[in-house]
Amino acid sequence: MEVQLAGILSQAAGGARCVECTGATIGELLQSLVLRYPEMQMHLDEGVAVAVNGEIYRDRRDQPIPINADVFLLPRIQGG
Amino acid sequence: MPYETDYTNQGFTKVGTRVNRPDGVDKVTGRAKYGADANAAGQLVGRVLRSPHAHALITKIDTSKAEKLPGVKAVLTGKDFPDLTGGNRGLMDILENCMARGRALYDGHAVAAVAAIDADTANKALKLIKVTYKQLPHVTDVDEAIKPGAPIIHDWVRTAGVTPAPTTASNVAQRSEFGHGDVDAGFAQADVIIEKSFKTEQTHQGYIEPHACLATLGPDGSGELWVTTQGHFTFRNVCASLLGLEVAKLKVTSSEIGGGFGGKTHVWTEPVALQLSRKANRPVKLVMSRDEVFRATGPTSSTSVDVKIGAKRNGKITAATAELRYQSGAFPGMWAMFGAMTSFACYDLKNVKSVGFDVLVNRPKVAAYRAPSAPMAAFAVESVVDMLAAELGMDAVDFRIKNAAKKGTKASYGPVYGPIGIGPTLDAVKNHPHMKRKLGKNQGRGVACGFWFNFGGQTCTDLNIGVDGSVNLTVGTVDVGGSRASLALIAAEELGIDYEQVRVTIGDTNSLGHNDTTEGSRGTFSSGMATIFAARNAVDVLKQRAAATWDIPVEQVIWEAGEARAKGRQNNNLPPLSLKEIAAKSPRTGGPIAGHNEVVADGAGVSFASHMCDVEVDPETGATKILRYTVVQDAGKAIHPDYVEGQFQGGAAQGIGWALNEEYIYGDDGRLQNAGFLDYRIPVCSDLPFIDTQILEIPNPNHPYGVRGVGETSIVPPLAAIGNAVSNAVGVRMTHVPMSPPRILNAIETAKE
Amino acid sequence: MNGVTVSAKVNGDAVQYVCPADESLLDVLRNRLNLTGVKEGCGTGDCGACSITLDGRLVCSCLVLGAEAEGREIGTVEGLSEGGKLHPLQEEFIEKAALQCGICTPGFLVAAKSLLERNPNPTEEEIRYALAGNLCRCTGYDKIVRAVQSAAKIMRRGKKVAR
Ligand code: FES
Ligand code: FES
Repeated sequence: MEVQLAGILSQAAGGARCVECTGATIGELLQSLVLRYPEMQMHLDEGVAVAVNGEIYRDRRDQPIPINADVFLLPRIQGG
Repeated sequence: MPYETDYTNQGFTKVGTRVNRPDGVDKVTGRAKYGADANAAGQLVGRVLRSPHAHALITKIDTSKAEKLPGVKAVLTGKDFPDLTGGNRGLMDILENCMARGRALYDGHAVAAVAAIDADTANKALKLIKVTYKQLPHVTDVDEAIKPGAPIIHDWVRTAGVTPAPTTASNVAQRSEFGHGDVDAGFAQADVIIEKSFKTEQTHQGYIEPHACLATLGPDGSGELWVTTQGHFTFRNVCASLLGLEVAKLKVTSSEIGGGFGGKTHVWTEPVALQLSRKANRPVKLVMSRDEVFRATGPTSSTSVDVKIGAKRNGKITAATAELRYQSGAFPGMWAMFGAMTSFACYDLKNVKSVGFDVLVNRPKVAAYRAPSAPMAAFAVESVVDMLAAELGMDAVDFRIKNAAKKGTKASYGPVYGPIGIGPTLDAVKNHPHMKRKLGKNQGRGVACGFWFNFGGQTCTDLNIGVDGSVNLTVGTVDVGGSRASLALIAAEELGIDYEQVRVTIGDTNSLGHNDTTEGSRGTFSSGMATIFAARNAVDVLKQRAAATWDIPVEQVIWEAGEARAKGRQNNNLPPLSLKEIAAKSPRTGGPIAGHNEVVADGAGVSFASHMCDVEVDPETGATKILRYTVVQDAGKAIHPDYVEGQFQGGAAQGIGWALNEEYIYGDDGRLQNAGFLDYRIPVCSDLPFIDTQILEIPNPNHPYGVRGVGETSIVPPLAAIGNAVSNAVGVRMTHVPMSPPRILNAIETAKE
Repeated sequence: MNGVTVSAKVNGDAVQYVCPADESLLDVLRNRLNLTGVKEGCGTGDCGACSITLDGRLVCSCLVLGAEAEGREIGTVEGLSEGGKLHPLQEEFIEKAALQCGICTPGFLVAAKSLLERNPNPTEEEIRYALAGNLCRCTGYDKIVRAVQSAAKIMRRGKKVAR
């Protein structure tokens, strides 16, 4: 599947805004991402959010990702 | 205009009513205990010594005289905080912000601390500490800090987010870019393009209760912390990591909280208080003064933003770009990134690009402030949107409606929206009686939109039913503004019992699993979700008990209107069993009845608001009066409308203060010149009119009741709404917030020339 | 410590305390008399969280010395309700949701009570100016003003009935 990388996350993938990845869940997706781009680990440690078809998930690694989903990796957001 | 509402309204009996809050009596009688209201036997008074310099090497700290003063029980400097962060830069920044390590990075940075038997002795001790400083060049302005030759705050900072990675130090900690499409092509299609630069000044959350805690830490490494905080679980984890404690051995209790707005999501003096207590082996109470609160906690970024938007004659935006420079104080932050993410979130744009630059300066470490970073970006974008509408000869609201994001729009920060409320809020504005009020001389009207993400996060909730049928609900999110009432309503709704039967308590860190900090408008959203699930859990148990009592299979039992009912004709002779009846028998039917839930409450549902305001500007003095102010916001579902309105009104009032008065003023010496409520003026009662509210309910499909977070979005539109109103009143575009009288007069003068 | 011995009345009860000559009445009330309903938001007279009455006059207790209270009558939020009955202002603050975090509430109640004693039928503007010395960061004042209006009404009605 295609994963789009927002903001500074794309730097960890050598500047690519969009990368090819596999995974049936958010957890698997992140794992495969780190395998390909070890620098991504730092961002994962700081926390990321994954938008699957517009729905933003922060800490749900078991969340399934449907086939052909629109997947976006975002930096984690803080609030007030 | 028809909108997607594919999530139908449910019927509620409790939710949506305006009940009295359970902690009301405590709070009107003075009984409620806040951060500074707890005491322990033998407690000491903690005080912190702070740097008077914006940037200085600390060459020596001599504490010997202070230590010898009778009554002084502990003195600390940076040396007393060994680095236990294991290379975690974020933790190190927190530690260094709590206590300087060889260098003072801003006016107000902590350099030493004492614990003594009373305030008088502690203050004397501070005076006896001799700190030798070597002053370094400093920079406090965000644009100055980027210029070549500006003093470098940290020599280890390399700008993240640029390829190839830079090799020299910079005050730009991070560049982050968002967007899609081709903005150059988009601008080429535009008939009209407006480009403008804006500035906003630094403001403070301004909670009335200063930071306060009571810390006890024994030599065995176990301790307790009573503290005013938005996140006692997070405070526990951070304090434990910084001080080398086991998480389970530090019990943190959140006091009643006297306002936070994001400023109480971060630790400031709490690790210092714990360390003082460990050294003195006595409880230490540490309460900040207002001056310290201003100089060393909170604030939000000051910013400088360039926006460019192009549109066709028909009113369709073809491209939009923004460059946002936000200072994060003396430590790297991600605030410009949030600004870049939120800046164009209200609109449906084919070609959009926003780039944020997080900049280091010699000011206090920036903290979250209600929808952090969004208001400044909205000020710039919504001002240009207004200018563009005027240039096109279109009504400013119609222009926004034409370009508003909707379900299926690809958000400027990436994902595609589900059902959202920006369109409906704009429609409500268009049809609001406020818009028909006649404007007089020197008066102007402004409208603006705002967006905030909201989020859920880790949540853990316990529900216990007493033998008399009263219900104890224990939650781990802090009640920052009435959430106990909302959560009791939710539990009552699920169980089918009276609101008064439910008692909500905020559990300490030893009585519940981890709960994320109460931020991101998550309190009622996520604890509400966990409460629903915990209550449904308890209902399962109630049904089992009823089934056992009747000796029928549990499948034949349903829960309705607060009682178990036996289904099916064969059970016609069984009268329903109420929650009270089942609870009374519980000791003999299997013991206590409880429900429990832990959840990562995702899908908080983004939230939108549109504000309108009328102002009158005195052309002689430049003073602005707010004549009328109206907030329209999507709440998903308002659990307790009073407190939803309260959030709308409070956010608007903070935004009004930010727009017109509030700002950090730094002297050339890099010192904060207005660290008090007299000179940092927040709105008072006579500054404001009644603030009208209209709650829209576009249900959030990810919440069983359709709830969206409501706490933050209301601070996003005011800067721009007032900016547009003032600009319309004086006939000059305002580009610098706060629009204080001198700035307005200046703008009028400059326009005349 | 150079202590001053002070005898005063707090919410109708006689009290005695010893405090340093330079200690504020706010600190005395909170730390020596345990009346922590009186709040400190600034310590410099700018926020009104510490509002009390001294011989019936509204003051910021952070600007008064403990020693100055000798022989005087102090009123705090703790003295607002009579027996088990809340003062109409207290009732209406709860009823109208006039508090969010509640840290400003004791000060507002004391200030509003003092206003209604002087002026039982204030206009909105009079309320807003009378309460301009009390800061609230949570509510935008909307519901506070409404609560005071409604308490004033109830109190006026109560007086008529009493007559
Ligand atoms: S504490 Fe007295 S006015 Fe603020
Ligand atoms: S309710 Fe929080 S300051 Fe007034």
